[in-house]
Amino acid sequence: MKSRGLMIYAVVYLLFLYAPVLLLPMFAFNDSTIIAFPLTGFTTDWFSELRNTPALHTAVKNSVFIAVISAVLATLLGICAARAATKFDFPAKRGVMGFIMLPLVLPEIIVAVSLLVVMVQVLNLPLTNWSVIAAHVLICTPFSIAILNGAFQNIDGALEEAAMDLGETRWSTFRLVTFPLVMPGIISSLLISFTISLDEFIIAFFMTGANPTMPVYIWGLLRFPSKLPAVMALGTILVVLSIALLILAEFFRRRGLRRAGLKDTGGFL
Amino acid sequence: MCILGFQKGTRLHLSLARNSRKIWVSGLGKRSVFKINNRDQLRGMALVSPTLIYAILLLAVPLAVIFLFSFWTQDYLTLDRSFTLKNYREAFSDPLYRTLLFRSLWVAGGVTVVTVVLAFPIAYFVSFHVTPKRKSLWLFLITIPFWTSYLIRVFLWKVILGYNGVLNSGLIGLGLVDEPLTFILYNANAVVITLAHAFAPFAILPIFVSLEKIDRSLIEAAQDLGESKYQTFRRVTLPLAVPGIVASCLIVFIPTIGDYVTPRLVGGPNGLMIANMIQVQFLKLNNAPLGATLAVLAMVSVTVIALVFIFLNRKYLRSRS
Repeated sequence: MKSRGLMIYAVVYLLFLYAPVLLLPMFAFNDSTIIAFPLTGFTTDWFSELRNTPALHTAVKNSVFIAVISAVLATLLGICAARAATKFDFPAKRGVMGFIMLPLVLPEIIVAVSLLVVMVQVLNLPLTNWSVIAAHVLICTPFSIAILNGAFQNIDGALEEAAMDLGETRWSTFRLVTFPLVMPGIISSLLISFTISLDEFIIAFFMTGANPTMPVYIWGLLRFPSKLPAVMALGTILVVLSIALLILAEFFRRRGLRRAGLKDTGGFL
Repeated sequence: MCILGFQKGTRLHLSLARNSRKIWVSGLGKRSVFKINNRDQLRGMALVSPTLIYAILLLAVPLAVIFLFSFWTQDYLTLDRSFTLKNYREAFSDPLYRTLLFRSLWVAGGVTVVTVVLAFPIAYFVSFHVTPKRKSLWLFLITIPFWTSYLIRVFLWKVILGYNGVLNSGLIGLGLVDEPLTFILYNANAVVITLAHAFAPFAILPIFVSLEKIDRSLIEAAQDLGESKYQTFRRVTLPLAVPGIVASCLIVFIPTIGDYVTPRLVGGPNGLMIANMIQVQFLKLNNAPLGATLAVLAMVSVTVIALVFIFLNRKYLRSRS
Protein backbone atom coordinates (compact mmCIF):
# COMPACT_ATOMS: atom_id res chain seq x y z
CA MET A 1 0.00 0.00 0.00
CA LYS A 2 2.68 2.43 1.16
CA SER A 3 4.95 0.97 -1.46
CA ARG A 4 2.44 1.71 -4.22
CA GLY A 5 2.17 5.34 -3.15
CA LEU A 6 5.93 5.63 -3.33
CA MET A 7 5.97 3.90 -6.70
CA ILE A 8 3.53 6.46 -8.13
CA TYR A 9 5.65 9.26 -6.68
CA ALA A 10 8.78 7.71 -8.20
CA VAL A 11 7.19 7.60 -11.66
CA VAL A 12 5.98 11.20 -11.40
CA TYR A 13 9.44 12.24 -10.24
CA LEU A 14 11.08 10.47 -13.17
CA LEU A 15 8.69 12.35 -15.48
CA PHE A 16 9.86 15.60 -13.88
CA LEU A 17 13.48 14.54 -14.41
CA TYR A 18 12.89 13.54 -18.02
CA ALA A 19 10.57 16.42 -19.02
CA PRO A 20 13.29 18.47 -20.79
CA VAL A 21 14.86 15.42 -22.42
CA LEU A 22 11.47 14.30 -23.77
CA LEU A 23 10.61 17.75 -25.14
CA LEU A 24 13.90 18.15 -26.94
CA PRO A 25 13.30 15.78 -29.90
CA MET A 26 9.73 17.07 -30.28
CA PHE A 27 10.98 20.56 -31.06
CA ALA A 28 14.00 19.31 -32.99
CA PHE A 29 11.72 17.63 -35.55
CA ASN A 30 8.98 20.28 -35.41
CA ASP A 31 8.29 22.21 -38.58
CA SER A 32 8.21 25.66 -36.95
CA THR A 33 10.72 28.28 -35.89
CA ILE A 34 8.82 28.93 -32.66
CA ILE A 35 9.62 26.65 -29.74
CA ALA A 36 6.05 26.15 -28.45
CA PHE A 37 3.07 23.85 -28.65
CA PRO A 38 1.07 22.89 -30.65
CA LEU A 39 3.52 21.07 -32.94
CA THR A 40 2.94 21.89 -36.59
CA GLY A 41 4.62 19.20 -38.65
CA PHE A 42 7.62 16.96 -39.16
CA THR A 43 10.91 18.15 -40.63
CA THR A 44 14.60 17.27 -40.56
CA ASP A 45 15.60 20.74 -41.83
CA TRP A 46 17.15 21.74 -38.51
CA PHE A 47 19.52 18.82 -38.68
CA SER A 48 20.62 19.78 -42.20
CA GLU A 49 21.10 23.35 -40.98
CA LEU A 50 23.59 21.98 -38.46
CA ARG A 51 25.50 20.31 -41.24
CA ASN A 52 25.84 23.66 -43.04
CA THR A 53 27.17 25.64 -40.08
CA PRO A 54 30.99 25.70 -40.22
CA ALA A 55 31.25 27.73 -36.97
CA LEU A 56 29.52 24.89 -35.16
CA HIS A 57 31.91 22.32 -36.59
CA THR A 58 34.89 24.31 -35.34
CA ALA A 59 33.31 24.59 -31.90
CA VAL A 60 32.61 20.85 -31.79
CA LYS A 61 36.16 20.05 -32.84
CA ASN A 62 37.50 22.36 -30.11
CA SER A 63 35.27 20.78 -27.50
CA VAL A 64 36.20 17.23 -28.47
CA PHE A 65 39.90 18.12 -28.39
CA ILE A 66 39.52 19.73 -24.95
CA ALA A 67 37.39 16.87 -23.65
CA VAL A 68 39.78 14.12 -24.81
CA ILE A 69 42.89 15.77 -23.33
CA SER A 70 41.07 16.71 -20.10
CA ALA A 71 39.71 13.17 -19.71
CA VAL A 72 43.15 11.60 -20.15
CA LEU A 73 44.92 14.02 -17.79
CA ALA A 74 42.17 13.90 -15.15
CA THR A 75 42.17 10.10 -15.23
CA LEU A 76 45.98 9.96 -14.87
CA LEU A 77 45.82 12.28 -11.86
CA GLY A 78 42.83 10.29 -10.60
CA ILE A 79 44.75 7.00 -10.81
CA CYS A 80 47.62 8.44 -8.74
CA ALA A 81 45.36 9.86 -6.05
CA ALA A 82 42.94 6.93 -5.88
CA ARG A 83 45.78 4.42 -5.70
CA ALA A 84 47.50 6.43 -2.96
CA ALA A 85 44.25 6.79 -1.01
CA THR A 86 43.24 3.13 -1.16
CA LYS A 87 46.63 1.49 -0.74
CA PHE A 88 48.74 3.72 1.49
CA ASP A 89 48.55 5.75 4.65
CA PHE A 90 50.33 9.08 4.54
CA PRO A 91 50.37 12.16 6.76
CA ALA A 92 47.29 14.40 6.61
CA LYS A 93 45.65 11.92 4.25
CA ARG A 94 42.09 13.08 4.97
CA GLY A 95 43.03 16.73 4.55
CA VAL A 96 44.94 16.11 1.33
CA MET A 97 42.17 14.02 -0.21
CA GLY A 98 39.52 16.47 0.98
CA PHE A 99 41.41 19.31 -0.67
CA ILE A 100 41.79 17.40 -3.95
CA MET A 101 38.05 16.60 -3.92
CA LEU A 102 37.14 20.23 -3.15
CA PRO A 103 36.24 21.24 -6.75
CA LEU A 104 33.33 18.80 -6.46
CA VAL A 105 31.49 21.19 -4.13
CA LEU A 106 33.16 24.51 -4.87
CA PRO A 107 30.88 26.88 -6.81
CA GLU A 108 32.14 26.71 -10.39
CA ILE A 109 32.20 30.47 -10.80
CA ILE A 110 34.80 30.69 -8.01
CA VAL A 111 37.05 28.22 -9.85
CA ALA A 112 36.45 30.15 -13.07
CA VAL A 113 37.25 33.65 -11.82
CA SER A 114 40.26 32.60 -9.77
CA LEU A 115 41.84 30.78 -12.70
CA LEU A 116 41.00 33.67 -15.01
CA VAL A 117 42.71 36.18 -12.75
CA VAL A 118 45.84 34.02 -12.43
CA MET A 119 46.12 33.37 -16.15
CA VAL A 120 45.28 36.81 -17.48
CA GLN A 121 46.29 39.29 -14.80
CA VAL A 122 49.15 37.49 -13.06
CA LEU A 123 50.80 35.25 -15.67
CA ASN A 124 49.68 37.33 -18.63
CA LEU A 125 48.97 34.20 -20.68
CA PRO A 126 46.63 34.25 -23.67
CA LEU A 127 43.39 32.30 -23.24
CA THR A 128 43.47 29.22 -25.45
CA ASN A 129 42.03 25.72 -25.49
CA TRP A 130 44.75 24.83 -22.99
CA SER A 131 43.41 27.23 -20.39
CA VAL A 132 40.04 25.48 -20.65
CA ILE A 133 41.81 22.12 -20.39
CA ALA A 134 43.66 23.23 -17.24
CA ALA A 135 40.36 24.10 -15.58
CA HIS A 136 38.51 21.02 -16.80
CA VAL A 137 41.24 18.69 -15.51
CA LEU A 138 40.80 20.33 -12.12
CA ILE A 139 37.03 19.72 -11.97
CA CYS A 140 37.09 16.26 -13.61
CA THR A 141 39.76 14.80 -11.31
CA PRO A 142 37.45 14.47 -8.26
CA PHE A 143 34.90 12.55 -10.35
CA SER A 144 37.68 10.34 -11.67
CA ILE A 145 38.93 9.69 -8.12
CA ALA A 146 35.42 8.83 -6.92
CA ILE A 147 35.08 6.22 -9.67
CA LEU A 148 38.62 4.87 -9.35
CA ASN A 149 38.49 4.68 -5.54
CA GLY A 150 35.72 2.15 -5.99
CA ALA A 151 37.72 0.26 -8.63
CA PHE A 152 40.89 0.09 -6.51
CA GLN A 153 39.00 -0.85 -3.34
CA ASN A 154 37.42 -3.80 -5.11
CA ILE A 155 40.80 -5.38 -5.83
CA ASP A 156 41.72 -8.24 -3.55
CA GLY A 157 45.10 -7.22 -2.10
CA ALA A 158 46.12 -10.88 -1.97
CA LEU A 159 46.42 -10.98 -5.76
CA GLU A 160 49.06 -8.22 -5.78
CA GLU A 161 50.88 -9.77 -2.83
CA ALA A 162 50.92 -13.12 -4.60
CA ALA A 163 52.41 -11.59 -7.75
CA MET A 164 55.13 -9.87 -5.74
CA ASP A 165 55.91 -13.00 -3.77
CA LEU A 166 56.26 -14.83 -7.07
CA GLY A 167 58.99 -12.44 -8.10
CA GLU A 168 57.30 -9.58 -9.93
CA THR A 169 58.51 -6.07 -9.15
CA ARG A 170 56.14 -3.41 -7.85
CA TRP A 171 55.82 -1.87 -11.27
CA SER A 172 55.30 -5.14 -13.17
CA THR A 173 52.75 -6.21 -10.56
CA PHE A 174 50.86 -3.00 -11.14
CA ARG A 175 51.08 -3.41 -14.91
CA LEU A 176 50.21 -7.12 -15.06
CA VAL A 177 47.77 -7.53 -12.14
CA THR A 178 46.38 -4.25 -10.84
CA PHE A 179 46.03 -2.38 -14.10
CA PRO A 180 43.93 -5.01 -15.93
CA LEU A 181 41.69 -5.27 -12.87
CA VAL A 182 41.01 -1.53 -12.69
CA MET A 183 40.85 -1.10 -16.47
CA PRO A 184 37.05 -0.99 -16.53
CA GLY A 185 37.15 1.73 -13.85
CA ILE A 186 39.68 3.67 -15.91
CA ILE A 187 37.55 3.49 -19.03
CA SER A 188 34.48 4.57 -17.11
CA SER A 189 36.46 7.46 -15.59
CA LEU A 190 37.64 8.51 -19.07
CA LEU A 191 34.09 8.48 -20.40
CA ILE A 192 32.61 10.39 -17.44
CA SER A 193 35.38 13.01 -17.56
CA PHE A 194 34.93 13.36 -21.30
CA THR A 195 31.19 13.88 -20.86
CA ILE A 196 31.66 16.46 -18.07
CA SER A 197 34.23 18.43 -20.04
CA LEU A 198 32.19 18.33 -23.25
CA ASP A 199 29.17 19.79 -21.46
CA GLU A 200 30.87 22.25 -19.10
CA PHE A 201 29.84 25.85 -19.70
CA ILE A 202 30.25 28.03 -16.60
CA ILE A 203 34.06 27.77 -16.50
CA ALA A 204 34.57 27.44 -20.26
CA PHE A 205 32.76 30.76 -20.79
CA PHE A 206 35.45 32.51 -18.73
CA MET A 207 38.42 30.58 -20.06
CA THR A 208 37.82 30.46 -23.83
CA GLY A 209 39.78 32.76 -26.02
CA ALA A 210 39.07 33.25 -29.69
CA ASN A 211 37.81 29.69 -30.26
CA PRO A 212 34.55 28.98 -28.42
CA THR A 213 33.78 25.50 -27.13
CA MET A 214 30.49 23.92 -28.11
CA PRO A 215 28.54 25.01 -24.98
CA VAL A 216 29.88 28.56 -25.37
CA TYR A 217 28.76 28.50 -29.00
CA ILE A 218 25.31 27.22 -27.97
CA TRP A 219 25.07 30.02 -25.37
CA GLY A 220 25.66 32.52 -28.16
CA LEU A 221 22.91 30.95 -30.26
CA LEU A 222 20.34 31.08 -27.45
CA ARG A 223 20.03 34.84 -27.99
CA PHE A 224 18.76 34.42 -31.55
CA PRO A 225 15.20 33.03 -31.70
CA SER A 226 15.67 31.96 -35.34
CA LYS A 227 18.57 29.70 -34.35
CA LEU A 228 16.66 27.91 -31.58
CA PRO A 229 15.28 24.98 -33.58
CA ALA A 230 18.81 24.16 -34.72
CA VAL A 231 19.92 24.28 -31.07
CA MET A 232 17.16 21.78 -30.29
CA ALA A 233 18.42 19.51 -33.08
CA LEU A 234 21.97 19.80 -31.76
CA GLY A 235 20.70 19.06 -28.25
CA THR A 236 18.94 15.93 -29.49
CA ILE A 237 22.14 14.63 -31.04
CA LEU A 238 24.02 15.39 -27.82
CA VAL A 239 21.43 13.60 -25.69
CA VAL A 240 21.63 10.49 -27.85
CA LEU A 241 25.43 10.61 -27.78
CA SER A 242 25.73 11.11 -24.03
CA ILE A 243 23.22 8.33 -23.31
CA ALA A 244 25.29 6.04 -25.53
CA LEU A 245 28.48 7.06 -23.71
CA LEU A 246 26.84 6.54 -20.32
CA ILE A 247 25.57 3.10 -21.23
CA LEU A 248 29.10 2.25 -22.33
CA ALA A 249 30.55 3.60 -19.06
CA GLU A 250 27.98 1.64 -17.05
CA PHE A 251 28.77 -1.49 -19.05
CA PHE A 252 32.48 -1.20 -18.21
CA ARG A 253 31.75 -0.44 -14.57
CA ARG A 254 29.67 -3.61 -14.25
CA ARG A 255 32.26 -5.66 -16.07
CA GLY A 256 34.83 -4.35 -13.61
CA LEU A 257 32.65 -5.48 -10.71
CA ARG A 258 32.21 -8.89 -12.29
CA ARG A 259 35.95 -9.24 -12.83
CA ALA A 260 36.61 -8.36 -9.23
CA GLY A 261 33.98 -10.96 -8.31
CA LEU A 262 31.67 -8.49 -6.57
CA LYS A 263 27.97 -7.93 -6.60
CA ASP A 264 26.61 -4.73 -8.04
CA THR A 265 25.76 -2.26 -5.31
CA GLY A 266 25.05 1.08 -6.89
CA GLY A 267 25.58 3.73 -9.48
CA PHE A 268 28.45 5.93 -10.55
CA LEU A 269 29.24 8.01 -7.53
CA MET B 1 60.30 -25.35 6.21
CA CYS B 2 61.30 -22.76 3.79
CA ILE B 3 57.89 -22.78 2.17
CA LEU B 4 56.23 -22.62 5.54
CA GLY B 5 58.28 -19.62 6.51
CA PHE B 6 57.53 -18.02 3.20
CA GLN B 7 53.83 -18.51 3.71
CA LYS B 8 54.05 -17.11 7.17
CA GLY B 9 55.79 -14.06 5.83
CA THR B 10 53.15 -13.66 3.17
CA ARG B 11 50.44 -13.72 5.71
CA LEU B 12 52.13 -11.09 7.80
CA HIS B 13 52.58 -8.97 4.74
CA LEU B 14 48.91 -9.32 3.89
CA SER B 15 47.86 -8.23 7.31
CA LEU B 16 49.76 -5.00 6.75
CA ALA B 17 47.99 -4.47 3.47
CA ARG B 18 44.69 -4.72 5.28
CA ASN B 19 45.72 -2.15 7.83
CA SER B 20 45.63 -4.36 10.89
CA ARG B 21 48.79 -2.93 12.30
CA LYS B 22 48.52 -4.80 15.61
CA ILE B 23 49.36 -8.20 14.15
CA TRP B 24 52.25 -6.63 12.33
CA VAL B 25 53.51 -5.12 15.54
CA SER B 26 53.37 -8.41 17.43
CA GLY B 27 55.05 -10.15 14.50
CA LEU B 28 58.09 -8.00 13.94
CA GLY B 29 58.60 -5.57 16.77
CA LYS B 30 58.26 -1.84 16.86
CA ARG B 31 61.31 -0.68 14.96
CA SER B 32 60.62 -2.52 11.73
CA VAL B 33 56.98 -1.46 11.87
CA PHE B 34 58.09 2.11 12.03
CA LYS B 35 60.48 1.65 9.13
CA ILE B 36 58.02 -0.13 6.86
CA ASN B 37 55.28 2.27 7.73
CA ASN B 38 57.57 5.11 6.84
CA ARG B 39 58.36 3.63 3.46
CA ASP B 40 54.70 3.10 2.78
CA GLN B 41 53.98 6.67 3.82
CA LEU B 42 56.63 7.90 1.41
CA ARG B 43 55.14 5.80 -1.39
CA GLY B 44 51.69 7.17 -0.63
CA MET B 45 52.95 10.73 -0.58
CA ALA B 46 54.90 10.27 -3.79
CA LEU B 47 51.88 8.75 -5.48
CA VAL B 48 49.42 11.45 -4.41
CA SER B 49 51.83 14.32 -5.08
CA PRO B 50 51.15 14.92 -8.81
CA THR B 51 47.43 15.32 -8.10
CA LEU B 52 48.10 17.35 -4.98
CA ILE B 53 50.57 19.67 -6.71
CA TYR B 54 48.13 20.19 -9.55
CA ALA B 55 45.39 21.07 -7.08
CA ILE B 56 47.70 23.43 -5.17
CA LEU B 57 48.82 25.23 -8.34
CA LEU B 58 45.40 25.47 -9.97
CA LEU B 59 43.15 25.74 -6.94
CA ALA B 60 44.91 26.89 -3.75
CA VAL B 61 47.13 29.49 -5.43
CA PRO B 62 44.30 30.98 -7.56
CA LEU B 63 42.02 31.14 -4.51
CA ALA B 64 44.75 32.96 -2.60
CA VAL B 65 45.22 35.34 -5.53
CA ILE B 66 41.49 36.09 -5.63
CA PHE B 67 41.64 36.88 -1.93
CA LEU B 68 44.57 39.25 -2.53
CA PHE B 69 42.80 40.86 -5.47
CA SER B 70 39.81 41.69 -3.32
CA PHE B 71 42.03 44.17 -1.43
CA TRP B 72 43.34 45.86 -4.59
CA THR B 73 41.66 48.25 -6.99
CA GLN B 74 41.56 48.61 -10.72
CA ASP B 75 41.01 51.60 -12.93
CA TYR B 76 40.16 50.26 -16.37
CA LEU B 77 43.41 48.42 -17.18
CA THR B 78 45.82 49.65 -14.52
CA LEU B 79 45.89 47.62 -11.36
CA ASP B 80 46.57 49.45 -8.10
CA ARG B 81 48.25 47.02 -5.70
CA SER B 82 48.04 49.08 -2.55
CA PHE B 83 46.02 47.43 0.20
CA THR B 84 42.57 48.90 0.66
CA LEU B 85 39.16 47.92 2.00
CA LYS B 86 37.44 50.10 -0.61
CA ASN B 87 35.90 47.13 -2.45
CA TYR B 88 34.47 45.72 0.75
CA ARG B 89 33.05 49.11 1.70
CA GLU B 90 31.46 49.39 -1.71
CA ALA B 91 30.10 45.83 -1.54
CA PHE B 92 28.54 46.46 1.86
CA SER B 93 27.21 49.95 1.20
CA ASP B 94 25.69 49.45 -2.25
CA PRO B 95 22.23 47.96 -1.70
CA LEU B 96 22.41 46.22 -5.11
CA TYR B 97 25.17 43.83 -4.03
CA ARG B 98 23.47 43.18 -0.70
CA THR B 99 20.19 42.41 -2.44
CA LEU B 100 21.89 40.04 -4.89
CA LEU B 101 23.83 38.23 -2.18
CA PHE B 102 20.81 37.80 0.08
CA ARG B 103 18.68 36.69 -2.84
CA SER B 104 21.35 34.16 -3.83
CA LEU B 105 21.49 32.70 -0.34
CA TRP B 106 17.70 32.71 -0.13
CA VAL B 107 17.31 31.01 -3.53
CA ALA B 108 20.07 28.50 -2.74
CA GLY B 109 18.32 27.70 0.53
CA GLY B 110 15.00 27.28 -1.28
CA VAL B 111 16.61 25.08 -3.93
CA THR B 112 18.21 22.96 -1.21
CA VAL B 113 14.95 22.44 0.70
CA VAL B 114 12.90 21.69 -2.42
CA THR B 115 15.53 19.39 -3.94
CA VAL B 116 16.21 17.39 -0.78
CA VAL B 117 12.53 17.07 0.19
CA LEU B 118 11.66 15.86 -3.30
CA ALA B 119 14.70 13.58 -3.43
CA PHE B 120 14.31 11.81 -0.11
CA PRO B 121 11.24 9.70 -1.02
CA ILE B 122 12.98 8.59 -4.21
CA ALA B 123 16.14 7.55 -2.39
CA TYR B 124 13.96 5.80 0.21
CA PHE B 125 11.93 4.06 -2.48
CA VAL B 126 15.01 2.80 -4.34
CA SER B 127 16.77 1.70 -1.16
CA PHE B 128 13.84 0.04 0.63
CA HIS B 129 11.29 -0.95 -2.00
CA VAL B 130 13.27 -1.85 -5.11
CA THR B 131 14.70 -5.36 -5.39
CA PRO B 132 18.54 -5.29 -5.13
CA LYS B 133 18.90 -6.42 -8.73
CA ARG B 134 16.95 -3.43 -10.01
CA LYS B 135 18.61 -0.79 -7.83
CA SER B 136 21.41 0.10 -10.21
CA LEU B 137 18.94 0.36 -13.08
CA TRP B 138 16.92 2.91 -11.08
CA LEU B 139 20.05 4.88 -10.18
CA PHE B 140 21.04 4.81 -13.83
CA LEU B 141 17.62 6.14 -14.86
CA ILE B 142 17.93 8.91 -12.29
CA THR B 143 21.40 10.00 -13.43
CA ILE B 144 20.81 9.97 -17.22
CA PRO B 145 19.01 13.33 -17.59
CA PHE B 146 21.73 14.93 -15.48
CA TRP B 147 24.34 14.18 -18.13
CA THR B 148 22.51 15.83 -21.00
CA SER B 149 23.60 19.30 -22.07
CA TYR B 150 23.15 21.61 -19.09
CA LEU B 151 22.53 24.76 -21.12
CA ILE B 152 19.87 23.15 -23.26
CA ARG B 153 18.19 21.62 -20.20
CA VAL B 154 17.94 25.01 -18.52
CA PHE B 155 16.71 26.56 -21.75
CA LEU B 156 13.99 23.92 -22.00
CA TRP B 157 12.76 24.84 -18.53
CA LYS B 158 12.29 28.32 -19.90
CA VAL B 159 10.20 26.72 -22.66
CA ILE B 160 8.23 24.68 -20.12
CA LEU B 161 7.60 27.46 -17.59
CA GLY B 162 7.31 30.47 -19.93
CA TYR B 163 4.24 32.64 -20.70
CA ASN B 164 3.27 30.53 -23.71
CA GLY B 165 5.13 27.60 -22.26
CA VAL B 166 4.29 23.94 -22.22
CA LEU B 167 2.92 24.03 -18.69
CA ASN B 168 0.74 27.10 -19.10
CA SER B 169 -0.63 26.22 -22.52
CA GLY B 170 -1.27 22.70 -21.25
CA LEU B 171 -3.16 23.92 -18.19
CA ILE B 172 -5.17 26.41 -20.28
CA GLY B 173 -5.86 23.72 -22.86
CA LEU B 174 -7.21 21.44 -20.17
CA GLY B 175 -9.35 24.30 -18.85
CA LEU B 176 -7.71 24.17 -15.43
CA VAL B 177 -6.70 27.83 -15.44
CA ASP B 178 -7.94 30.79 -17.48
CA GLU B 179 -4.69 32.69 -17.83
CA PRO B 180 -1.03 31.76 -17.51
CA LEU B 181 0.26 31.16 -14.01
CA THR B 182 2.47 34.10 -13.20
CA PHE B 183 4.17 32.84 -10.05
CA ILE B 184 6.53 30.61 -12.05
CA LEU B 185 7.26 33.20 -14.71
CA TYR B 186 10.77 34.69 -14.98
CA ASN B 187 11.35 35.02 -11.24
CA ALA B 188 13.09 33.35 -8.33
CA ASN B 189 10.51 30.52 -8.25
CA ALA B 190 11.41 29.54 -11.79
CA VAL B 191 15.08 29.52 -10.75
CA VAL B 192 14.25 27.25 -7.80
CA ILE B 193 12.31 24.77 -9.97
CA THR B 194 15.01 24.64 -12.63
CA LEU B 195 17.85 24.19 -10.16
CA ALA B 196 15.86 21.58 -8.19
CA HIS B 197 15.83 19.67 -11.45
CA ALA B 198 19.51 20.25 -12.18
CA PHE B 199 20.70 19.07 -8.76
CA ALA B 200 18.29 16.14 -8.30
CA PRO B 201 20.86 13.33 -8.68
CA PHE B 202 23.32 15.14 -6.40
CA ALA B 203 20.68 15.09 -3.67
CA ILE B 204 19.43 11.56 -4.28
CA LEU B 205 22.76 9.71 -4.31
CA PRO B 206 24.13 10.67 -0.86
CA ILE B 207 20.75 9.98 0.80
CA PHE B 208 20.54 6.66 -1.02
CA VAL B 209 24.02 5.68 0.16
CA SER B 210 23.23 6.49 3.81
CA LEU B 211 19.91 4.58 3.60
CA GLU B 212 21.70 1.57 2.10
CA LYS B 213 24.09 1.54 5.06
CA ILE B 214 21.27 1.17 7.59
CA ASP B 215 21.28 -2.26 9.18
CA ARG B 216 17.85 -3.64 8.32
CA SER B 217 17.74 -5.65 11.54
CA LEU B 218 17.50 -2.37 13.48
CA ILE B 219 14.21 -1.65 11.77
CA GLU B 220 12.93 -5.15 12.43
CA ALA B 221 14.00 -4.84 16.05
CA ALA B 222 12.13 -1.55 16.44
CA GLN B 223 8.98 -3.08 15.02
CA ASP B 224 9.33 -6.23 17.11
CA LEU B 225 9.53 -4.00 20.15
CA GLY B 226 6.17 -2.51 19.25
CA GLU B 227 6.96 0.67 17.31
CA SER B 228 4.55 1.52 14.53
CA LYS B 229 5.88 1.85 10.99
CA TYR B 230 5.75 5.63 11.26
CA GLN B 231 7.49 5.63 14.64
CA THR B 232 10.20 3.31 13.30
CA PHE B 233 10.78 5.65 10.40
CA ARG B 234 10.92 8.74 12.60
CA ARG B 235 13.03 7.28 15.39
CA VAL B 236 15.29 4.79 13.57
CA THR B 237 15.48 5.33 9.81
CA LEU B 238 15.45 9.12 9.68
CA PRO B 239 18.15 9.75 12.33
CA LEU B 240 20.40 7.18 10.66
CA ALA B 241 19.87 8.88 7.29
CA VAL B 242 20.92 12.32 8.61
CA PRO B 243 24.55 12.11 7.39
CA GLY B 244 23.27 11.54 3.86
CA ILE B 245 20.73 14.34 4.16
CA VAL B 246 23.38 16.75 5.45
CA ALA B 247 25.73 15.76 2.62
CA SER B 248 23.09 16.31 -0.03
CA CYS B 249 22.07 19.66 1.47
CA LEU B 250 25.68 20.86 1.26
CA ILE B 251 26.30 19.43 -2.20
CA VAL B 252 23.20 21.29 -3.47
CA PHE B 253 23.50 24.50 -1.47
CA ILE B 254 27.15 25.36 -2.11
CA PRO B 255 27.36 25.09 -5.93
CA THR B 256 23.95 26.76 -6.40
CA ILE B 257 25.47 30.10 -5.34
CA GLY B 258 27.85 29.90 -8.30
CA ASP B 259 25.31 29.43 -11.06
CA TYR B 260 24.71 32.33 -13.42
CA VAL B 261 23.14 30.43 -16.31
CA THR B 262 19.82 29.56 -14.69
CA PRO B 263 19.15 33.03 -13.23
CA ARG B 264 19.97 34.59 -16.58
CA LEU B 265 17.77 32.28 -18.64
CA VAL B 266 14.71 31.79 -16.42
CA GLY B 267 15.14 34.32 -13.60
CA GLY B 268 14.03 37.50 -15.32
CA PRO B 269 15.21 40.86 -13.92
CA ASN B 270 14.23 40.01 -10.35
CA GLY B 271 15.79 36.57 -10.34
CA LEU B 272 19.40 37.54 -10.95
CA MET B 273 21.94 36.34 -8.40
CA ILE B 274 25.38 37.26 -7.10
CA ALA B 275 27.13 35.01 -9.65
CA ASN B 276 25.64 37.13 -12.46
CA MET B 277 27.15 40.23 -10.87
CA ILE B 278 30.55 38.51 -10.43
CA GLN B 279 30.45 37.55 -14.09
CA VAL B 280 29.56 41.11 -15.14
CA GLN B 281 32.35 42.62 -12.99
CA PHE B 282 34.95 40.32 -14.55
CA LEU B 283 33.87 40.13 -18.17
CA LYS B 284 31.95 43.36 -18.85
CA LEU B 285 32.94 46.06 -16.36
CA ASN B 286 36.59 44.98 -16.24
CA ASN B 287 36.64 45.40 -12.48
CA ALA B 288 38.32 42.19 -11.35
CA PRO B 289 39.05 43.41 -7.80
CA LEU B 290 35.38 44.19 -7.07
CA GLY B 291 34.40 40.89 -8.69
CA ALA B 292 36.96 39.17 -6.49
CA THR B 293 35.51 40.87 -3.42
CA LEU B 294 32.01 39.68 -4.31
CA ALA B 295 33.35 36.17 -4.92
CA VAL B 296 35.10 36.18 -1.53
CA LEU B 297 31.94 37.43 0.20
CA ALA B 298 29.83 34.77 -1.50
CA MET B 299 32.31 32.06 -0.52
CA VAL B 300 32.52 33.27 3.08
CA SER B 301 28.75 33.42 3.54
CA VAL B 302 28.30 29.97 2.01
CA THR B 303 31.05 28.50 4.19
CA VAL B 304 29.64 30.07 7.36
CA ILE B 305 26.15 28.77 6.62
CA ALA B 306 27.51 25.31 5.79
CA LEU B 307 29.53 25.18 9.03
CA VAL B 308 26.55 26.32 11.12
CA PHE B 309 24.43 23.68 9.42
CA ILE B 310 26.98 20.95 10.17
CA PHE B 311 27.29 22.21 13.75
CA LEU B 312 23.51 22.00 14.25
CA ASN B 313 23.52 18.41 13.03
CA ARG B 314 26.66 17.33 14.89
CA LYS B 315 24.69 15.11 17.30
CA TYR B 316 23.55 12.82 14.48
CA LEU B 317 26.81 13.03 12.57
CA ARG B 318 28.91 12.01 15.55
CA SER B 319 26.72 9.11 16.65
CA ARG B 320 27.17 7.70 13.21
CA SER B 321 30.94 7.34 13.30
